[in-house]
Amino acid sequence: MNPFARFETIVAFRFMREGLTQTLLIVFGVALGAGVIIFMSALLAGLQANVVRRTLNFQAPIEILAPDQVPRSMREDEPARVAAQVQPRSQQLRSVDQWQKVRADVARIPGVIGVTPVVSGPGFARRGEAIKSVTITGIDIDSYFDVIALPEKIVAGRDDVGPLDIIIGIELARDLGMAVGDKVTVTTAAGIASTLTVIGIFDFGNKGVNERNVYVALRTAQSLLDLPGGASSIAVKVHDPFAAETIAEIIRGGNNLEVDSWIRTNAQFFSAMAAQILANTLIRIFVGLTVALGIASVLVVSVVQKAKEIGILRAMGTARAQVLRVFLIQGAFMGLTGALAGALLAWCFLLLWRGVARAPDGSLLFVVVIEPSLFVIACAGATLVGILAAAIPARRAARLDPAVAIRG
Amino acid sequence: MDPHAHIRSLPPGGAQASLGAAQREAASSVPTLRLEGVDKSYGVGTPVEAEVLHGIDLTLQKGEFAALIGPSGSGKSTLLNLIGLLDKPNAGHLYITGEEAGTLDEMALTKLRGRAIGFIFQYHHLLPAFTALENVMMPMLAARGRLDDAMRETAAGLLARVGLTSWRDHKASDISGGQQQRVAIARALAMNPALVLADEPSGNLDTENADVVFDLMRDVNATSGTTFLIVTHDPRLARRCDRIVELVDGRITSDRPNLDVRQRG
Repeated sequence: MNPFARFETIVAFRFMREGLTQTLLIVFGVALGAGVIIFMSALLAGLQANVVRRTLNFQAPIEILAPDQVPRSMREDEPARVAAQVQPRSQQLRSVDQWQKVRADVARIPGVIGVTPVVSGPGFARRGEAIKSVTITGIDIDSYFDVIALPEKIVAGRDDVGPLDIIIGIELARDLGMAVGDKVTVTTAAGIASTLTVIGIFDFGNKGVNERNVYVALRTAQSLLDLPGGASSIAVKVHDPFAAETIAEIIRGGNNLEVDSWIRTNAQFFSAMAAQILANTLIRIFVGLTVALGIASVLVVSVVQKAKEIGILRAMGTARAQVLRVFLIQGAFMGLTGALAGALLAWCFLLLWRGVARAPDGSLLFVVVIEPSLFVIACAGATLVGILAAAIPARRAARLDPAVAIRG
Repeated sequence: MDPHAHIRSLPPGGAQASLGAAQREAASSVPTLRLEGVDKSYGVGTPVEAEVLHGIDLTLQKGEFAALIGPSGSGKSTLLNLIGLLDKPNAGHLYITGEEAGTLDEMALTKLRGRAIGFIFQYHHLLPAFTALENVMMPMLAARGRLDDAMRETAAGLLARVGLTSWRDHKASDISGGQQQRVAIARALAMNPALVLADEPSGNLDTENADVVFDLMRDVNATSGTTFLIVTHDPRLARRCDRIVELVDGRITSDRPNLDVRQRG
């Protein structure tokens, strides 16, 4: 069945061809609108994905910690007579209570795709005269790599860290002048020291992380930080990073534990992103309205211009619904072709952007992912906007009194 | 060259579909058009209420060729709009090929109009974006919903009948006034209607073209038995019709057979 053999389609296309300048102008207008929306959305999605990826590179979406230790008044029965100054107490490095059980419980929550115990604390890395403060992270290599993609970030050496091994960042390696195979002495505040062999060097693309983080085996960290058998935190990975706070809430509900989601710890980033999303939504709405008004105004003029012809068509036995469809088809066509042209335009701009938006070292500022679904949604949306915009003129056309229209 | 030559040379009936004709044969006792006590007023219930038609009774049998005459403002156009189902009477009954229009809803009226009535206007009112052939196909396309070869053939046959075969692929806006009106006649005949309503069909044409158009309508009437009701100011044309109905101040003041034509015929 050829849709172009239908009465409505034939008349609609002929009407548009008759007013070719008008049709082209509005299609161009729709193209610009759709192009802007697609380009902006792709850029924003790229920016978001980029920040999310970079953040979650070295940070677990959810981290479970032992609750803070709080000072307690010895004389709770007479609080009014006690001097009101209570000093917060210093926090010791403590293990998550019954971390094996917590780990097993959390692993059962839907949406959780990785759970791993971590022992983390401060220390110093010394090589000869050079000494640097570091954050020691003890990892269980069987489960840690499910949460943090450390192996992907290894630029030299290997990742299967053993009891006497250490993985360090590229910056630290530079500062201490070390390469894979070199020995480094790690000391902690507990006064425990251990000499470890560098088996791998990582690069997370973040200077602070590359300078400070070192990874050792879980048992090594437990003995260095004097936390035998313990885990200072449990890192959790979730399928949807944006659902992290919801899942954190579930974990909080079941335990007396401190649960941090990356959404909470990066609140500023999230509020900035929310503002961007709002701005983008507003732009979409206004561009959509402008496009709709443009299509509607062209069709309103067309209905006035073609009143007589519509009257004749009606006199010849054309039904109201057929006239209605003639104009709805025009609206839909203008929306769709405009959006297709706009998609092409946006595609070109995105390619251009890839060429222009580069960091001084020539690497991409961020990767703009050109999602085909974005183009499909934009085209479907523009077609819908076209149909909706055509509704009012189409109704006017369908309601024309043929006797009046013919008389003019 | 004799401008009438093409009409005489054409086979009677042309490419018209035979189904409609057969149905009309079967219902030959039913008048094509019957009006009983039809009143029409405008602005009912307002201070400017104007009664345009009063108690119109009129019957047209199949195959009649009648003229509707009357001074300006006598209600001719209003009556034509009522008969053409473009407007509704305030009182009375209107039957088209036996079907009472007052009982039909908007959709059924549109269908009846498309099927039973052909319009020819003073100004051709062709769709300028379409070719002559497409204009003739348009009523069939609207009725059937999609294009097919049969309607193309029917339209080509009708254009041949009005002598415009060689102009069929020209845009309606690119042909002369007389030709445009002939295309309009072909279009009015596209659905093989029982009744053709012509509102000053030659009002915009010079005498020669007016004669061509008029002869064409007479020829269709004679060969296909299509009923014609022609509104005209032109006494010369009215005299060439079989019957003359005169409307004055919204009333039929005279309705007589035109003996001149009958005797000649």
